[in-house]
Amino acid sequence: MDGYTSSELVSIFAMQGFAGISLFSVLLLMALGLAIIFGQMGVINMAHGEFMAVGAYTTYFMATLTETYFPAFMPYYFVFAIVVAFFVSGILGYLAEFALIRHLYKRPLDTLLATWGLSLIMQQSFRSLFGAREVSPTLPEWLLGSYQPTDMIDIPLNGMFVLGLTAVVTLAVYYLMFKSRWGLRVRATTQNRVMSDAVGINTKKVDRYTFALGCGIAGIAGAAFTTIASTGPTTGTLYIVDTFMVVVFGGAASLFGTIASAFSIAQAQSILEFFISGSMAKVYTLLALVLILMFKPEGLFASKVRR
Amino acid sequence: MRKTNNSRLPSIMRRRFVKGLMALPAAILLSNMSLSASAADVNTTGLAVTDDTVTVGILHSLTGTMAISETGAQEAEKLAIKQINESGGILGRQIEIIQEDGASDWPTFAEKSKKLLVKDKVAAVFGAWTSASRKAVLPVFEKENGLLYYPTFYEGLEQSKNVIYTGQEATQQILDGLNWVAKEKQAKTFYLIGSDYIWPRTAMKIARKHIENVLGGKVVGEEYKPLGNTQFGSVINKIRLKKPDVIYAAVVGGSNVAWFKQLKAAGITSKKQTLLTISVTEDEVLGIGGENLEGFYSIMKYFQSQDNENNKAFVKAFKDMWGEDSVIGDVTQAAYLGPWLWKAAVEKAGSFDIDKVVAASEKGDIELTTAPEGYVKLHPNHHLWSKARVGEWKKDGQATVVYTSELIEPNPFPAGYQ
Repeated sequence: MDGYTSSELVSIFAMQGFAGISLFSVLLLMALGLAIIFGQMGVINMAHGEFMAVGAYTTYFMATLTETYFPAFMPYYFVFAIVVAFFVSGILGYLAEFALIRHLYKRPLDTLLATWGLSLIMQQSFRSLFGAREVSPTLPEWLLGSYQPTDMIDIPLNGMFVLGLTAVVTLAVYYLMFKSRWGLRVRATTQNRVMSDAVGINTKKVDRYTFALGCGIAGIAGAAFTTIASTGPTTGTLYIVDTFMVVVFGGAASLFGTIASAFSIAQAQSILEFFISGSMAKVYTLLALVLILMFKPEGLFASKVRR
Repeated sequence: MRKTNNSRLPSIMRRRFVKGLMALPAAILLSNMSLSASAADVNTTGLAVTDDTVTVGILHSLTGTMAISETGAQEAEKLAIKQINESGGILGRQIEIIQEDGASDWPTFAEKSKKLLVKDKVAAVFGAWTSASRKAVLPVFEKENGLLYYPTFYEGLEQSKNVIYTGQEATQQILDGLNWVAKEKQAKTFYLIGSDYIWPRTAMKIARKHIENVLGGKVVGEEYKPLGNTQFGSVINKIRLKKPDVIYAAVVGGSNVAWFKQLKAAGITSKKQTLLTISVTEDEVLGIGGENLEGFYSIMKYFQSQDNENNKAFVKAFKDMWGEDSVIGDVTQAAYLGPWLWKAAVEKAGSFDIDKVVAASEKGDIELTTAPEGYVKLHPNHHLWSKARVGEWKKDGQATVVYTSELIEPNPFPAGYQ
C-alpha cells in the first residue's frame, strides 16, 4: 500500500468498512424472512427470492403510479412503498401457505419441490405482467448521492438507508419472536406441535401468520433492493442461494446465528475483494463456508432443542 | 419439401397469379424477376422453402438475465422481416418465422439451434447475443451447414463460413474507443472492469495490449464480477484509490443497473471521472436510468438519436410496431440489418442454398445504403465495414454523438492482439 498518503488510506478503510457493513445489511435483510420460515417452520422455501421480487415490483409499480398521477408526492412515496411491499408479499405468502404449504408440513423435502414450482409460476407471472426486461423505479432525490464527512470520504446514502431499515426490521423481528406472546406461540408450535395444540394454541393459524410474516419481510427486502439494483423476472433466483447460505451457515433456528453469519460472510467477501478479484473472493468465501460447515454441520449457532 | 407436384400446378399458378397482381407495384419497383422460380430451382438442399414461403429462425433469450438486452434484437429482426414481406418477400416468397428461446443458457442455445437446423430446416437463423452463446451454437451451425446472422459487437478473433457478423469486432469498437479517450481526454491510466465471462475478458485482454503497446498508457486495475452481481462497493473503493484517468467498463446486462447506481451513490460522477463503456446501449439505459449515467460515454456504431433520413424512418417504423416507449440500442440496429443483408445475398445468389448465399456474401459487393446507421458494406471476411461513434449520455436516456470515425475496414484478426 505504498504511494498513498495516510489520510487517503484512512478514508479508504472507512469506506471499505462501510462497503462490508452495507453488504452485511443486505444479506441480513434477505435472510431474516427465510430464517423465520426455514428456521422456525422447517419449510424449505425456494420461492423466497420471488417474494422479494414481489416487493421490488410493488415498489416499481408504486413509483410509476406516483410519477404519473401524483408527481408532487415523489419525495415521500418510497416509505409507503416499503409498507405496501410488506403487505402485498405477506398476503401472497398467506395465500400460498393456505393453498400449498400447509398440506406438506409432514414432508419437509416436498416443500422444496412445491415451492420451487411456485417460484417458476411466479417468475412467469412477473414476465406476463411487467415484461421480460429488468425495471428500476425512479428513486426520490434524497436517496441518491452520498454523505461526505470529509473531502475524501463518500458514504452512499442508499447504503445507509438499507442499513437503517435492516436495523429496524431486525429489532421488530426480535421483539415479535422473543418478547411477544405471539412469538411464544410460534416457538411453542415449532418445538412441540401436539403439546401446543393440547394447551389451546391454534397452531394452524400460527403457521399461516408465521409464513406470511416471513414473506412480508422478503417483500421489505425487495423494496430495499430497488435502491441498489434492478428487478427482473428471474431476480429472485440470484438471491436465493445467498439467502440460504446465510441461514444455513448461521444455524437455522437462531436469529443471532443469522446475524453473525451475515456479518462474517459479508466481511470476508468484502475484505477479500479488496485484495483479489471479485469472482475469486466469492470462491474463497464459499470454500471457507464449506470447510466450517464440515466441522459444524448445524451451523455457527445450533439451537439447543431436545429431540 | 422437394416434390415438384405437377398435379398441383394449376392451383399454384392461380395462386401465383392473384399474388402477383397484389404484389405488382412492389414487384415492379424491385424488378423482382424471380417470382416464377419454383422451390426446386432456388433451393437444392432441402431447406424449408416452398413456392410461396421460406422459413427462418429467430433464436434469442426471452428469459433469464440476458432478456433485458435481447428483447430489442428480436423485435428488430421481426420488423425487418415484416418490411421485407410487405415489399414482396425474397425471391417471391414470404418469410415465415420460427422463434425459439435461448433462456440465457448456452447449452439451450446449442440445443435450440440444432432443432431449428435439423428439424425445421430453416434457411437462415437470426440470433445469439453473448459470445458464450455464439461459441455454443457455432459447432452446430458448422456441422449442419446452417447460416447465422449474429448481431452483437464482440471481441473478434473469429470467422466462420456459417456466420455473418453484423456487429462490430474489436478494431471497430474496443480499439477505436481507446484511441478516442487517449486523444480527446489525454488519458494515460485505465481501470478495466467487466462481467466474468468470455467477451469482457477477451475484450480487456485486447484493450490492455493496445493501452500498453500502442498508446503507451498504463492499466492500474483489472476486475471481473460474476454475471448478475449487484455489489460493487469494494471495486469502487479500489477505483477511488487508484484514481484512473478513465474507467473502461464492460459490465453486462442487469448488473449495469447496480454498477451505475452505486457509482453515483459513491460520488463518482462524470464531473470527476471519465468513464467509457463498451456495453451500455439505450436498452440498458432504460433500466439504469439516465440520471445515473449522465455525462458518461459509450462507444458503439449506432445511437437512436443519430440524425439521418434512414434512421428517422427506422425509428418511426420500430415505434409503430413495438410501442412509443420502446428504445433502440446498437445491437437492435445491427440485428435489423441481418434480414436485409440476407435478402441481398439470396437475391444475388438467386437461391436459398446456404453455400450459394455464403459465396454471394463473400464477393464483397453487398451493401446497404438504407441502413439506419448510414451505410454498411459486407466484407469478404463476413464482417461489416462500419463507422464507430462515441455517445455522451443525457438525463433522458438518449446519447449525443460526440465523435464519428471514418468507415473502418473489419479486421477480426488484428496483428499483435492474439
